[in-house]
Amino acid sequence: MTNYTENSVREEARAWLGENWNPNLDLFEWRNKLADSGWGLPNWPSDWYGRDLPVGLVPIVEEEFHRVGALPIPKSGIRMLAAATILNHGTEMHKQKFLRRIVTGQDVWCQLFSEPGSGSDLAGATTKAVMVGNKWVVNGQKVWTTSAHKAHWGLLLARTDMDATKHDGLSYFIIDMKQPGIETQPLKQMNGYASFNQVFLTDAEVLPDFQVAELGDGWKVATTTLMHERRAADSLRAWGQVPDNEGPIYDQERAEIETTMAPYKWYPQRAGRVDLIMERAKETGAIKDPAIRQEIAKLMTLHKSAEWTARRARSAQEQGKPQGPEGSLGKLAASNVARTAARVHTMISGANSMLSGEDSPENGTVSEVLISFPASSIAGGTDEIQKNIISERVLDMPKETRFDAGKPFKDIPRNTIS
Amino acid sequence: MKFSFTEEQDEFRFGLRRFLEDKSPSTEVRRLMATPDGWEREQWSKINTELGLTAVAIPEAYGGHGFGLSEQCIILEEMGRSLLCAPYFGSAVLATSAILYAGTEAQKKELLPGIASGDTVATLAFTEENGLWDNSGIATVFENKNQHYSISGTKSFVLDGNTADLIIVLARTPDSKNDEGLSLFTVDAKASGLRKDLLKSVDETRKLARIHFDQVPAKILGTEGTAAGPMKKTMTRSIICLANEMVGGAERLREDALEYVKMRMQFGRSIASFQVTKHKATDMLADVELAKSAAYFAAAAFDDDDDETEEAASIAKAASSEAYMQTAIHSIQMHGGIGFTWDNDTHLWFKRAKSCEVFLGDPAHHHEKMMTIWDA
Repeated sequence: MTNYTENSVREEARAWLGENWNPNLDLFEWRNKLADSGWGLPNWPSDWYGRDLPVGLVPIVEEEFHRVGALPIPKSGIRMLAAATILNHGTEMHKQKFLRRIVTGQDVWCQLFSEPGSGSDLAGATTKAVMVGNKWVVNGQKVWTTSAHKAHWGLLLARTDMDATKHDGLSYFIIDMKQPGIETQPLKQMNGYASFNQVFLTDAEVLPDFQVAELGDGWKVATTTLMHERRAADSLRAWGQVPDNEGPIYDQERAEIETTMAPYKWYPQRAGRVDLIMERAKETGAIKDPAIRQEIAKLMTLHKSAEWTARRARSAQEQGKPQGPEGSLGKLAASNVARTAARVHTMISGANSMLSGEDSPENGTVSEVLISFPASSIAGGTDEIQKNIISERVLDMPKETRFDAGKPFKDIPRNTIS
Repeated sequence: MKFSFTEEQDEFRFGLRRFLEDKSPSTEVRRLMATPDGWEREQWSKINTELGLTAVAIPEAYGGHGFGLSEQCIILEEMGRSLLCAPYFGSAVLATSAILYAGTEAQKKELLPGIASGDTVATLAFTEENGLWDNSGIATVFENKNQHYSISGTKSFVLDGNTADLIIVLARTPDSKNDEGLSLFTVDAKASGLRKDLLKSVDETRKLARIHFDQVPAKILGTEGTAAGPMKKTMTRSIICLANEMVGGAERLREDALEYVKMRMQFGRSIASFQVTKHKATDMLADVELAKSAAYFAAAAFDDDDDETEEAASIAKAASSEAYMQTAIHSIQMHGGIGFTWDNDTHLWFKRAKSCEVFLGDPAHHHEKMMTIWDA
């Protein structure tokens, strides 16, 4: 094991960038250099496009990239989840076939977990994979699938044994999305965007080689994927910030990001756009209304307290203290802030809250807040599930009674839509 | 900004917590709150001498230990948790701050060591019967005859005003308004022309008095006519202290209610197993933790002399007032019928929550204060 220090890593990265980074390269050419050298994902194994660098030293490399304006690998959402899953559980063939194309951004991936009949209860999936001859044949329906319409490959959670218990009857597959048995339809949301898809699988096929881990290990593998979900969201945000530099490689990168991010333009609005509140209140004169002033102050009190709670959690973590309860409240607080902000935006905008698009304040942004915030308390785990988890894990309260444990899945009551 | 407690601070907190659990169990709180004074000099002196509580935030030059507000706020949080019956807030927070920020060097040297040692119990008389928490409510006047000052008027809601030895009084020149013409004075509690009425307070652990001044001889604190600035800083500091006291009480209520529901069986199951109870308990956790963050942040901001200190103080006061009261309401609900009885301890904290909610300005007052800052 090589001994790395901040300085040695910085020097090495700097030297490599000095020799290799060139803004006039073609984007694909550059990403190939990243894959060959391992500098794109330096904490990955050196056998697989990485450099075995400790995760803690990755920010040093990122700093060096940033310093010269070098572009990182395309860390868009599900691709990174696929990579983490394959690195952890994939076969040699999976790694050979998929990892490089993930680093170079050639393949788009999607995650086929949620179903119309299993939202919060993800392990209740009923999409079935049945071995027919020498192939898995898959039938069912998936939903909330980001990028399914563009995806080359899907991470599929499917039921392979109806007689096993809920968790034990699931298996995990990599499925070719470009096949006749797969139909994707955009899922239009109440705010008009279609950020996700519905995927219909009708006799879709998977070769046995494309099964990940053992039969019945699907839930275990899915847990790995889900563990990386939050981290993937962070890296997506980071990737979305292209330097302002001029040059063809930056234009190529910006174009790719623009397309990737387009369906998510409403995400800041979903969080409530607290940043617009004071400006809007001044602009409209609502700031002079004593009742609205009270509501704005209540919102800001909530918003600031939530922000300081996140800081408190971070700073305890930096000190190496065990995580206190403050670390688990972020998501609940965020949906409360979003809901409250939408209410205050409505008070500030008054009758204009009835309008949308370019007729609505801030060219539609306010309207978008008013019809997007409900997603905050659902996406990524509903408030109710969050509260169950916090009460059980943090407050040590009794676990929910389970009606599905220890029984064959086929005997468990479930939705008729499946 | 430093935002997490050090190991030493944590050790101090948990040591103090154990000490107060031992010295101030609810039986002791109930005994003292039933007395007219609400605290006992000998017993308080013992606790204070052992732990140096009143001295913590007073600079070493004036007989104190020279710690910051963050350290003092640990004490307040733990006192709020145990409902310790002691004349701490009036003396070590309100009066000490007024002397620190308004007094001359000589006055600080004269007055603060006694407060630091606990020999002198001081308080601050500023609010009047109109119950306004800003200077617009001040009608008490002073007279200056050849540097001999006297005060006339009525102060109310004076914390431990019936038992304090030294009373700091805010008064103005007869024709002045708002922040103008204000001066702070020190008055001996035994001075002639001074009359005290003990008020009946909802929160019996915290005694309030009305004090009438009829040409009471007084000594000027600092420079005549310039008290507005020092008072503002005194209020900011005191508001932050109160917020920290409140989150201590709120957390205690939350923990007690949680412990109770885990123990209570109905319909053949623990009532903590009902999802509605679990979700309520989680809401309480979120309320209290968010308010704690605001209270801690405000104290750290004060110590750092941060630009955001004043708004942070108001945010902390508003957040902790709402959280404390809401937690108290939920706590009684979670206890059911027993929670509404005198014998159950929940009402002791419920009543402290109610009095803290309005003391030094209710949430609406502080909402307006922060809006005034942001709308400037």
